Amino acid sequence: MDTQIFDMGDIDIAWCPGCGNFAILKILKRALAELAIEPTNLVLVSGIGQAAKIPHYLRTNLFNGLHGRALPAATAIKAANPAFTVIAESGDGDMYGEGGNHFLHTIRRNPDIANIVHNNMVYGLTKGQASPTSRIGFKTPVQVAGVFLEPFNPLAVAIALNASFVARAFAGDAEQTTEILKRAIEHRGYALVDMFQPCPSFNKLNTYDWFKEHTYYLEDSHDPADRNEAFKRATEEGRFPLGIFYTNNDKETFEDNVGIYEDDGRPLYERRPDFEKLHKLIEGFKVSD
Amino acid sequence: MDDTMLLEKRDDISVVLCGRAGQGIQSVEHLLTRICKRAGYNVFAAKEYMSRIRGGMNSTQIRVSSEPVRASVSRIDILIPLDKGAVRHVEKRITPQTIILAEQQVIGDDFDRAGHKFVDVAFTRTASEIGGKIYSNVVAVGTIAALFGIDLQTVSAYVAEFFCAKSDDVVQKNLVAVKKGFDIGLGLVNSGKIRVEIAGAADLESQILVNGAEAVALGAIAGGCDFISSYPMSPSTGVLAFLAGQAKDFGIIAEQAEDEIAAINMALGAWYAGARAMVTTSGGGFALMTEGLSLAGMLESPIVIHLAQRPGPATGLPTRTEQADLELALYGGHGEFPRILLGPGRLEDAFHLTRKAFYLADKYQVPVFILTDQYFVDSYYNTGCFDLSDTRIDKHIVKTGVDYRRYELTANGISPRGIPGFGQGLVAVDSDEHDEAGHITEDLELRVAMVDKRLKKLELLPNETTPPKLVGPEDYKNLVVCWGSTYHIVEEAVGKLEADDVALLHFAQLYPLPSGTADYLLKARTTAIVENNATSQFAKLIKLHTGIDIEEKILKYDGLSYAVEELVERLNESFSRGKA
Repeated sequence: MDTQIFDMGDIDIAWCPGCGNFAILKILKRALAELAIEPTNLVLVSGIGQAAKIPHYLRTNLFNGLHGRALPAATAIKAANPAFTVIAESGDGDMYGEGGNHFLHTIRRNPDIANIVHNNMVYGLTKGQASPTSRIGFKTPVQVAGVFLEPFNPLAVAIALNASFVARAFAGDAEQTTEILKRAIEHRGYALVDMFQPCPSFNKLNTYDWFKEHTYYLEDSHDPADRNEAFKRATEEGRFPLGIFYTNNDKETFEDNVGIYEDDGRPLYERRPDFEKLHKLIEGFKVSD
Repeated sequence: MDDTMLLEKRDDISVVLCGRAGQGIQSVEHLLTRICKRAGYNVFAAKEYMSRIRGGMNSTQIRVSSEPVRASVSRIDILIPLDKGAVRHVEKRITPQTIILAEQQVIGDDFDRAGHKFVDVAFTRTASEIGGKIYSNVVAVGTIAALFGIDLQTVSAYVAEFFCAKSDDVVQKNLVAVKKGFDIGLGLVNSGKIRVEIAGAADLESQILVNGAEAVALGAIAGGCDFISSYPMSPSTGVLAFLAGQAKDFGIIAEQAEDEIAAINMALGAWYAGARAMVTTSGGGFALMTEGLSLAGMLESPIVIHLAQRPGPATGLPTRTEQADLELALYGGHGEFPRILLGPGRLEDAFHLTRKAFYLADKYQVPVFILTDQYFVDSYYNTGCFDLSDTRIDKHIVKTGVDYRRYELTANGISPRGIPGFGQGLVAVDSDEHDEAGHITEDLELRVAMVDKRLKKLELLPNETTPPKLVGPEDYKNLVVCWGSTYHIVEEAVGKLEADDVALLHFAQLYPLPSGTADYLLKARTTAIVENNATSQFAKLIKLHTGIDIEEKILKYDGLSYAVEELVERLNESFSRGKA
């Protein structure tokens, strides 16, 4: 499939020149095209922020909801019609800050969705405040003396919660990141891809070059089934590993567990209530002998 | 006990059981209501309880009558206190006519027996002989059933059914307990000291016995609800639990969300993908949902919200009742967008209006509220079987074409709602202001067009109005207005006024305020409103939309529902003031 199928034509894109989001958009289109996912069968769900605008920039069904609330909506969309490929995509502030509780519990719920989090360690749309992943000492107009909060470690948290797929990618490496995204989208169950990206406007510390220097790929010998090893690698600081840290293929998905698709594969919109059964249920309240 | 007649009652009897949480009062309520219904008596039950799992003091009122009974009364004909402090808990409601059946040793000396009709009944001692105090509530069930003249076989049969999932030993012990209790009751009847004569009702077999939560949940199923996501919160949880119990049979996804914010965002995601979703919540939980409510307004997403009210602010009185979240439901959510508020008064209204809520939400792409409260969801009575003759479910969705635009500007403001995966089009919805295709816009002319389009839907809603229900003479001089759960209490109280110039006007649709409201009010010489809140929120809404100030405001906000007698008194006061 050609990536052009996802092109929106001549549209006004709200990202700054040099933004890592452009690279991510291109990589996402490529991954989707290589997986031959039809736009009509794809639902992109996002929250608010610069990253969360991405669904508007490719041809797809989209649910651009509230700040931090993409995951509950994405979970329900997949549950109401499991035939869709559902991707929830937003920034680090949206997914790890405002939506932190949903992040934890969506991992526990394990819907079959991919969760791509643009992680530039800064708030872009609100112009340069600290994000949950900002590094200690990072100075902003609000964190004037520098960030002193422990940076949120999404990978370690996800592995601790026994997430079914946990990866980190870098927007600056189209080849490997495309492969990671493809694996995440294809994975059955919740799949996290924490995506390092530079923010040229508001993060002068974690630049493209900084990410190049401070990342490396997990060795081929890394066993993603080894949870303890995955956790250990996820807590590495200084130089951050990239790649697929952890996978657990034994988990049932949320759609499996809701228990309504075992005998009837139809999505909810094709169904009607069983009035005969309802009649019987109501009759039961007669408390007859 | 001397030889005088202790109790002689016909037609309508009020039994109150009171004890600590965990003593099985709920089981007694369950058993007695069903046994009485099966035995052919009209029955009503309501409860008040403390916010704790064990201890505290809770009471359940069960009214048994030859005529339909559907409201709380303060009168207690028979009181069964099961523990120390129980009598004191309800002492304001005890009169010299109240007969107290209790075990002296158990309830202690915390009240003065002089001036009371007290009968020492060995509920607990009997239970202990059978195998433990735990059986004392079932002993009491047997005693009450015998007083009502229900035959032992009916009682035992239901007790056996109720405990059927337990071990044989437990079933047998409960059957012994109910039999021993029954014998105690027979003894009281045979001694001639207690005579209760209630005529059975003829058509009860065809009726159902449900509570408010069940009526809402059954209405939801009839409305095609196939998705409920909620966070447990008293008193709203009954609807979630009921639908979860039916999920497998009816193909419903019932999910306990991590918080109310997730719950409503799940519900909106579900509607987007073609489900018919609802949430059930109470004040504080709904407060968290208001961000999502506003999203529904912007996305023009249908959603059904069951808001079971309890007293606030904040945690308030978690297990008690109030009608104080009308304004929260009406004004909650940032920005301006249309909505519909319904407040059922009767159980059958709760069923039909919840069903209708799904239709309205879907057709007009607006949030629809069902406002109930603790009193309503926890109250039971027998009522006509819910009518299911109309099995239509119109799903107001369209098959999309290649050029589908979710927010197409149309003459009536309703853009045909497509869902992803149904048709060749793409469906884009956006919490930002958006263009017709659903993409972010800052075109300010388009912004105005979109606001107008969303609000225009309000103009269509009068076609769907559930009109207020007038009970009483058409040529009334005094009019009592009420809404939501107070319907039956006001109905019975107005009946007791024995005035031929008083009518009752009950609103089951609160917003948009039904047209014609002003005409009803202008016809009356004196108007009174009954609300379970402190600031007469519905009266304010009426004034806002009609300019009419309802002069007599009868308000109650102590966490309890009205009792009929209390309301009779307050209505009399109001109308005598009105005449002066």
